[in-house]
Amino acid sequence: MTEEAQPAGGPTKAKSDERVKEIGGFRRWLIRPELGGIIGTIAVFLFFIIFAGDSGMFKAQGIMNWSQVSAQFMIIAVGACMLMVAGEFDLSVGSMIGFAGMSIAILGVTLGWPIWIAILLTFALCIAIGAINGLIVVRTGLPSFIVTLAFLFILRGFTIFFPQIIERRTIIGGIDTAAEGDWLAPLFGGEILGFVFQWLSNIGLIEVFERGNRAGEPVIDGLPMLIVWALGLVVFGHFVLTRTRFGNWIFAAGGDAQAARYVGVPVERVKISMFMFTAFCACVFATCQVMEFGSAGADRGLLKEFEAIIAVVIGGALLTGGYGSVVGAALGALIFGVVQQGLFFAGVESSLFRVFLGVILLFAVILNTYIRRIITGER
Amino acid sequence: MSSYDHNPIVEMSDITKHFGPVIALNGVSFDVRPGECHCLLGDNGAGKSTFIKTMSGVHKPSSGKILFEGREMSFASPRDAMEAGIATVYQDLAMIPLMSVTRNFWMGREPIKRLGPLKMIDFDKANTVTMEEMRKMGINLRSPDQAVGTLSGGERQTVAIARAVHFGAKVLILDEPTSALGVRQTANVLSTIDKVRKTGIGIVFITHNVRHALAVGDRFTVLNRGKTLGTAQRGQITPEELQDMMAGGQEMVALEGSLGGTV
Repeated sequence: MTEEAQPAGGPTKAKSDERVKEIGGFRRWLIRPELGGIIGTIAVFLFFIIFAGDSGMFKAQGIMNWSQVSAQFMIIAVGACMLMVAGEFDLSVGSMIGFAGMSIAILGVTLGWPIWIAILLTFALCIAIGAINGLIVVRTGLPSFIVTLAFLFILRGFTIFFPQIIERRTIIGGIDTAAEGDWLAPLFGGEILGFVFQWLSNIGLIEVFERGNRAGEPVIDGLPMLIVWALGLVVFGHFVLTRTRFGNWIFAAGGDAQAARYVGVPVERVKISMFMFTAFCACVFATCQVMEFGSAGADRGLLKEFEAIIAVVIGGALLTGGYGSVVGAALGALIFGVVQQGLFFAGVESSLFRVFLGVILLFAVILNTYIRRIITGER
Repeated sequence: MSSYDHNPIVEMSDITKHFGPVIALNGVSFDVRPGECHCLLGDNGAGKSTFIKTMSGVHKPSSGKILFEGREMSFASPRDAMEAGIATVYQDLAMIPLMSVTRNFWMGREPIKRLGPLKMIDFDKANTVTMEEMRKMGINLRSPDQAVGTLSGGERQTVAIARAVHFGAKVLILDEPTSALGVRQTANVLSTIDKVRKTGIGIVFITHNVRHALAVGDRFTVLNRGKTLGTAQRGQITPEELQDMMAGGQEMVALEGSLGGTV
């Protein structure tokens, strides 16, 4: 009785198991989370090069146009991605964008405080709200879906309420004039590397204005800070998630919070900080937007939370957490930007963009479920 | 076995634990010595889980004494117990299937290398050590990037055990490591237990399977209704006696009779 389970040791086990099939290169690629994003990006570019190639979409101004839209998506997708990997959602991102913009406008224009104070206070406020979101989720154990849905309404409500009672309107302008000469505002609304574009136009790679008072100047002044923020956040997020100890904890917290706790991972701290980071990203989005438009509106950021989540899912993240890629999410955002603006360049009715969103979301989720089965070996 | 010459690493005497009006443990005494496998047997509801959670710092005992290497200890958290050298491998919560073997192995204790101001995980070191530790346990991984989800149940237990051993466990608590496994995988896990024991680590093997216990155990303690019914040494007790003690005697004899003594 005791002998049957007393094996001699492991020399037989040391050989590779004949029942485990060698994983081919294709399948190895298939389980990378970015795969869907890469294929989608290639497909989308091919499509628009064929159908809108001569519309100016791939000339300097056109590229700058869809790059900026993509960059907007990217900024919130990075936050949403890392939060989703940590196993949570934030549905209040869109409302947070409206709220942050309005906060800058009220503090900077209505109250007349220096813009840099308005920006810093707004960041502090948003990150604090993100922390409250996280605290409630972690302490009550409620699904983040419900908690942040509550904040979707709470924040949107305040975003309409405050300008209404203070200024009797829901759009506050004059931020551009208030921001003139401010040291912090150009970090969100400015442009850099102007000389590069000047040089590119000198060697004829990008067009110059042919008429008007700016004749001879390149059509693009510089790289908008919006795009710099997007790329910076993608690099930062990707590095943290894949290379650092904290990144490993994010995966662990979303993969199985209890197992993570047992080995000493501070799951609560990880989740709360990801809520704060998502709020930070929403605030970056909002600040860039009000600096660009010069105004804040109570309806800004509507539905952005869902667009961010869709970009993240296209990027290969699992809705259940524990798996995903910031680079994938960035590609998802790029697909969005290119399609949204591409339909315009191709002269297609823009409402079809939403149809596209729905269809691609469905495909992405089905593909992800299939990939998850491959990774975990479920059948 | 030489383990009886050593003093116990952990010695728990007369532990009680009450949850409100419920008495989960009512006087449990237990100890582990280096290099032995001490089996804790008990039927469902006997208090096994509560007891190991007390030992691993999840619960604080209502009364009783815990000596760790001769000194009285009171663990405030599982982390404290882990730092002291008490590692617990839970049956199903040991691993995260979507993460790679390396990431699971080092979870919570990732090795760090510096690149200027940046601190990042030293994946070269992490991968090499993981492969090496798994090889010692008799498992050749295809790649350290392999997701834990692709491993069998027995292999997952082995990763968890290898992890505990690598991080310097002095006592390894295994919570029903074989209960969900097939025959072959069970044999693999039991042989892993044997290997680990030979390195001088004390093992607490919780199970309700008498055969598995007798296969590797040096001593056997039976827990029934929150109390220890005594400890027996290897060779002093028959499987039937153990089975009877676990089940609480009478009805089991009748049941066994009707099943032809196969249970």
